Amino acid sequence: MAVREAEPVGSLQEVHDVGLDREDLFGIYRSMLTARGIEERGHILYKQGKIPGSFYTGRGNEASAVGVATAMGADDVGCPLQRDMGVHIARGVEPWRIFAQYMGRADGPTKGRDGNVHIGDARLGLHAMVSHLPAMLPVAVGMGLAFRIREERRVAIAWCGEGAAARGDAHEGMNLAGVRRLPVVFVIDNNQWAYSTPAHLGHAVDHLADRAAAYGFEGVVVDGTDVLAVYREAKRAIDKARDGGGPTLIESVTLRMEGHAVHDDASYVPREMFEEWARRDPIDRYRTWLRDTAAMTDAEEDEITAGVKRLLNESLQRAEESPQPDPATLLDGVFATQDELDTPHHK
Amino acid sequence: MAERTYLQAISDGLRQEMRLDPRVFVLGEDVGVYGGAFKVTDGFQAEFGPWRVLDMPLSETAIVAGATGAALMGMRPVAEMQFADFVSCAWDHLVTVAAKQHYRAGTPIPIVLRLPSGGGFSGGPFHSQNPESLFAHIPGLKVVCPATPEDAKGLLVTAIEDANPVLFFEHKHLYRRIKGEVPDERYSTPFGKARIHREGDDIVVVTWGAMVYTAADAAEIVAAEGISVEVLDLRTLIPWDREAVLESARRTSKVLVLHEDTRTGGFGAEIAATVAEEAFEYLDGPVKRIAAPDSPVPFSPPLEAAYLPQIDDVVAGLRELAAY
Repeated sequence: MAVREAEPVGSLQEVHDVGLDREDLFGIYRSMLTARGIEERGHILYKQGKIPGSFYTGRGNEASAVGVATAMGADDVGCPLQRDMGVHIARGVEPWRIFAQYMGRADGPTKGRDGNVHIGDARLGLHAMVSHLPAMLPVAVGMGLAFRIREERRVAIAWCGEGAAARGDAHEGMNLAGVRRLPVVFVIDNNQWAYSTPAHLGHAVDHLADRAAAYGFEGVVVDGTDVLAVYREAKRAIDKARDGGGPTLIESVTLRMEGHAVHDDASYVPREMFEEWARRDPIDRYRTWLRDTAAMTDAEEDEITAGVKRLLNESLQRAEESPQPDPATLLDGVFATQDELDTPHHK
Repeated sequence: MAERTYLQAISDGLRQEMRLDPRVFVLGEDVGVYGGAFKVTDGFQAEFGPWRVLDMPLSETAIVAGATGAALMGMRPVAEMQFADFVSCAWDHLVTVAAKQHYRAGTPIPIVLRLPSGGGFSGGPFHSQNPESLFAHIPGLKVVCPATPEDAKGLLVTAIEDANPVLFFEHKHLYRRIKGEVPDERYSTPFGKARIHREGDDIVVVTWGAMVYTAADAAEIVAAEGISVEVLDLRTLIPWDREAVLESARRTSKVLVLHEDTRTGGFGAEIAATVAEEAFEYLDGPVKRIAAPDSPVPFSPPLEAAYLPQIDDVVAGLRELAAY
């Protein structure tokens, strides 16, 4: 069974038809710029020696991340991964907290206990990833299971990279979701490189979305540089899951535009490949669409870019003021206490 | 109060919690229609329906990860591994995700993993293990090993109430062999409180699970020789009752640590080291360990009998300590 390959999004009317108004369109642009801006600033912080350990980015994946996150409902949940900064931003994580996380400060979402984009915020429906990819994929399936048991109209998003799709967790999670028709949307960010391993050494099928048929649900391939197409496909899949139609597997194709992490110069990626995908940069592409099709004015664009710049400056300053974690707190939270269960998320 | 087997007590405790709390649900292989490989959840699906007693695919990873995700959404999953041995397939999800999520992200993972464990009936290398020490080594996990029907029910209630991932090791050899009075009403047995199974003055045997009975039988034999042996049942390994162990060590002055898990790196080593560190000056002899040897659990009865600590082994150890 061939998977469906999603069409690009064209007209303004088509965008309105999938539920986005002008403010939404600008919001998407703002989130994409903010996500990239945070990671660009992160590079500087890293070079300044302010980020311990290593540093990971998702350059090239902004459209995929923001497109999916924008399609999620307020009560939907998910476990975004290390290329999905845009999900955190679109869901409302404050950038200063992310900078604080990068620098291992007390105000980072993990209070210095974990680094990078290993963050979550249960109030925003986001749950922190682990390095063992895609361990959070079947966890998201469990979230969908809870919604199904309680008959709630909520959806869980399970992210996975094309590299991690080779692991058993991906299979067990997708199989269970298919068997029980759980309200889960699987998003495979296929950025074509798992560290230095090219996609063709990771899977033998033409498209990872082809696997969906084996699990009894629908698969779709979308151009991950087209934020509106990603949004449309994610919205369709989320709505379907919410209505009891079961899971969908969305394969979002991009190129990882930097190394696996900051220490990796990605010299194994052919230069022409970078050049080709640089011409399809998701932010440039969306900006052009906004200017040409949505008539974004100079004034509107300036307001957005200046606003993002201001936000990043203020966030960075606030994060730098955040204290280092107190070593006396080292053992705090190894175990949870009973009173922590009395949160809305554990009732 | 009624006489119940260890297995019935677990079943009763679980059913009681499910009646009380709609967030509690069961997931595992063959737990629904079939009622579980050992029939702990027999009749549960008829009472609670197919979405609270979920027959799962052969996917230990998805069972544990699914429980974790459901717990993050406010449920109280009780997952069954058909045999404790199979938890190795879900290692990553216990150790990488469930154990660390609260420390990193501040979100509790209140899950219970029921683990039918232990040997004694030719289950072979893959249906007989006692892997509790592996998990006791992982910060963030709690480890429970009940020995009596009363404790099995009370500790299961505490496990379900607990805000953390709890590994509940139920010893298969106790399921139908051990009976005891179990209160009908709901009660909880606290974690980290050891139980004196048998009182004694000369030597304390620190143990848990099925070995409590091996120790008690050995104590009975040496009692005729005038050796008074206390049997201290730890009940839970994480947290473990250091104070009770140290108190008994100081009082009796001789300590034998007994477990069915293998010797090297077994939890007995932690107990022995703690006694040596904290109660050295009270000891009248070396802390002795009796445990399974460092090999897989063999299948054939004479090999398995040689592998599992036997009453005679404990008797010999007690005599040796008494004579020291």
